Amino acid sequence: MNSLPVGETFALGLLAYTVGAFASLASWRRPALARHLCCGSAVAGAVLEGCAAILGLLQGTPVRWSISSGVPLFAYSFSYDALAGFLNLTLAILVAAVAIYSFSYLKEFEGRRNIGIFGLLFHLLLLSLTIVFTSANAFLFLIAWEVMALAAYGLVTFYHEDPEARRAGLLYIIMAHMDVGCLLLGFALLTQASGSAEFASFHLAAAGLSSSHQAAAFVLFFLGFSIKAGVIPFHIWLPAAHPVAPSNISSLLSGIVIKTGIYGMARIFFDALGVLPAWAGVTVLILGVVSAVLGVLYALMEHDLKRLLAYHSIENIGIILMGLGSALIFRVTGHPQLAAVALIAAMFHTINHAIFKCLLFLGAGSVLHSTGTRNMEKLGGLIRPMPVTAFCFLIGAVAISGLPPLNGFVSEWLTYQSLLAGFGATGGLTRILFPIAGSMLALTGALAAACFVKAFAITFLALPRGAESSRVHEAPRSMLVGMGWLTLACAFLGLGATWFLPVFDAMTEQLLGMRVGASLITSNGLVLSVGTPHGGTVSTAIIGIGLLILLVPTAFLVSRGARRFVRTRGPTWDCGLPGLSDDNEYTATAFSKALRMIFSALYQPRREIQAVFDVSPYYPKEIHFESEIEPTFEKRLYAPLQDLILWFSTRMRAVQAGSVHAYLAYIFITLVVLLILVSRQ
Amino acid sequence: MIEVLVKSVIQLILLLLVAPLVTGIIRTLKARLQTRRGPGIGQPYRDLFKLLRKGMVIPNTASWIFSATPYIVFGTAALVGLMIPMTATDAPLSLFGGVLAVVYLLALGRFFLALGGLDTGSSFGGLGSSREMTISAIAEPAMMLAIFTVALSANSTNLSEMARSAVSQSWRFLAPSQILAFSGLFIVLIAETGRIPVDNPATHLELTMIHEAMLLEYSGPYLALIEWGASIKQLVLMTLLVNTFFPFGLSSSWMVSGLSLGLVFYLLKLLLLACCIVLVETTNAKLRLFRVPELLAVAFILGALALISTFLF
Repeated sequence: MNSLPVGETFALGLLAYTVGAFASLASWRRPALARHLCCGSAVAGAVLEGCAAILGLLQGTPVRWSISSGVPLFAYSFSYDALAGFLNLTLAILVAAVAIYSFSYLKEFEGRRNIGIFGLLFHLLLLSLTIVFTSANAFLFLIAWEVMALAAYGLVTFYHEDPEARRAGLLYIIMAHMDVGCLLLGFALLTQASGSAEFASFHLAAAGLSSSHQAAAFVLFFLGFSIKAGVIPFHIWLPAAHPVAPSNISSLLSGIVIKTGIYGMARIFFDALGVLPAWAGVTVLILGVVSAVLGVLYALMEHDLKRLLAYHSIENIGIILMGLGSALIFRVTGHPQLAAVALIAAMFHTINHAIFKCLLFLGAGSVLHSTGTRNMEKLGGLIRPMPVTAFCFLIGAVAISGLPPLNGFVSEWLTYQSLLAGFGATGGLTRILFPIAGSMLALTGALAAACFVKAFAITFLALPRGAESSRVHEAPRSMLVGMGWLTLACAFLGLGATWFLPVFDAMTEQLLGMRVGASLITSNGLVLSVGTPHGGTVSTAIIGIGLLILLVPTAFLVSRGARRFVRTRGPTWDCGLPGLSDDNEYTATAFSKALRMIFSALYQPRREIQAVFDVSPYYPKEIHFESEIEPTFEKRLYAPLQDLILWFSTRMRAVQAGSVHAYLAYIFITLVVLLILVSRQ
Repeated sequence: MIEVLVKSVIQLILLLLVAPLVTGIIRTLKARLQTRRGPGIGQPYRDLFKLLRKGMVIPNTASWIFSATPYIVFGTAALVGLMIPMTATDAPLSLFGGVLAVVYLLALGRFFLALGGLDTGSSFGGLGSSREMTISAIAEPAMMLAIFTVALSANSTNLSEMARSAVSQSWRFLAPSQILAFSGLFIVLIAETGRIPVDNPATHLELTMIHEAMLLEYSGPYLALIEWGASIKQLVLMTLLVNTFFPFGLSSSWMVSGLSLGLVFYLLKLLLLACCIVLVETTNAKLRLFRVPELLAVAFILGALALISTFLF
């Protein structure tokens, strides 16, 4: 069945992005036109790429094509297989939402910022992302990877007059190049072993890879992809860079750009490196646990709405790594079926996180658009002026907290099941690691729920804090449509999880040689069950219907059946003081105070209180309160590293004297040494 | 399909009736141990009946979240109650959600309850929500470890499978791993149901209250729904403990004779567990909030030891 036009649709999608890039740049003098061209072509590209992904997944067999470039090792090779199709589908869902959202969102740029440049960078980002997911040549992959990093840099520093954005951009570009460096070395190792830079040849040469080569390649790739994915301790750029970008870009950065790291791990670890030893899987699993727990703990301390969401990306990458790590361990211990379940858990969480994180960032973007602040302590009560945004954000918050019946629950449930199975399937110390990881996942889930209670309630509920919230308005219609689309996707992937799961069959067959989709679904296609006969079962569809069946009659009975259902409005109890004001409300800082105390060993909180008294020490005139937590990784790990590099560069200055004669001498010496080396051989 | 519906309706009725009873029994026992007369076992029913017939006051500052919360709290608790074996090993909805779904559905209820607490704009609501989310977050890993231990010995996270496996080897609870897991889960039960030494269900003092602080602005039918939901949640967690560790009397079918015998055994087991809770409540003082993590750390370590002993013994 080679008749589906996968390649053609894919190429048309790329064309749409390319046209979008140049058309919006060319029309930069006419902002309204540039905006429509930019968003319109992005919608077109998303629809085409989405169709290509669906066709590619329907086709089942990989579609490959390659154009020789004339340069050795480099070729324009593409492979549209199950993994590529799946990630392109995720990308297309997000791009559709972001592009529709941007129709209104970019309006405020008109006359103030260059929409042409924005469109160019935006489309370059989309183009490079699509190519990263489909390229089948190491060098094409690296070029697309680099373009992606540069386009993202341009977008992170788009508000370049803001020093915070410039600093974040610098940090981002340095980290991005560290990861490109690691990947380049890793690919060099593989290319040397296989004699070609095609991914397919890596797969064939994997069996002949010596164990030390394999280990070195694993470390290099894991380092490179972890930096991109924001795994702790390589995460410091992520909470700095994601919040400062325009909100529609933040949603793509956290939604899909960091997932390229996950994609790379799935592609290289399962396909190109052969069967990795157990310690590799254990490393991935442990770093996953660390990222998940620390990510959510740092998120709890944030009261900048977008930074909070950025830390949650780290947490969710950790959850994905738990699945990936388990899959790696199961593969080497000879449990391909469990490995397939764990891989599905990881990949399902990848698309789920992409969708609800994109939704939450777009929601935060609407709040920022309407109120002009990301500081939760200045927001509040937004559910009244912005009911639709609030509803979409609430759905995203429930989904990201892993609560049933939405999509986050399904992938976390699968992760739990594979961790639970790990205890029986492995031996020795690895065995005890799985249940511990499971309990840490439980901790992560509960802390995430606490964090999103804070994020939603402080931003949207109760009384407005400060002046910003009083003149706010609901987001324009196109922004609501973009968020609504993702809200629907969250609900569908949650309630209809069993209909979506067969999508993973081709991917697990490609990476692990195992199809488990059919065994995951039982009883009329509504119940999800892990393959083993006594494993758990769950059905989000029935949970959803059950909740509805219980809620509707209860609501009916209580409101109609009760003899007197009288609802009067009255003031909230204000402790007898005159009138409840926003000073009485709990703040975000106060909400997380208990956890700050409990985990004080991690946070090292510091606070400063200065009170000014007028007459009596019982009635302070004003109080100055300052509280901060220690940025452990920045202070303990990166600051010494930076000092070391600076020390080294100062020493190097002795060599770099600035004199042309000295440089000529260096060149001459190098030449002589090289000639001697060459003539020796 | 029809069978599942009929079973669900029977279990739902049982659940709605037994839940306030257990609350009443605990209160009465506690009163007797403290040499008070107590309000009588039927008091929770009278409270609910009265509250459902009263009018209510909704705070000016509250949004639709405040009004939706009581239904969600009640609905999630009732749904969870249908997934858990009460008198027969075969719970009506056990196929559609195992122990993980139970934990996460209860978390959904808690999520909305915390939102409802914050929605009023009162400091008490925020205080209660903050504490509730904190305590539940640190109780969660301990709970999951203990649950994992049981799930591993039953080879399933499905609650009916867990009960069935417990029935097939009814003295399993004497194994060290099961004893440790039970102790861990018991501490979690205390924390999750808001009892001394973690929270005091009888207080309205701002320094100590957790659960009550979130409900401060609720009145009338909404309060009734939340209180009823809370007692169902308590019953569900107690059932989880008695039926997965001590499966005596669990009927293997839905025949009337088996069910009635099962019901008698079930009520007896609940009574015993209630006695344990009452003893703990009466002999302990409430802990300071920041000492609670230490108690839950004990539960976590008990869970970890339980897991390790499953493959040592």
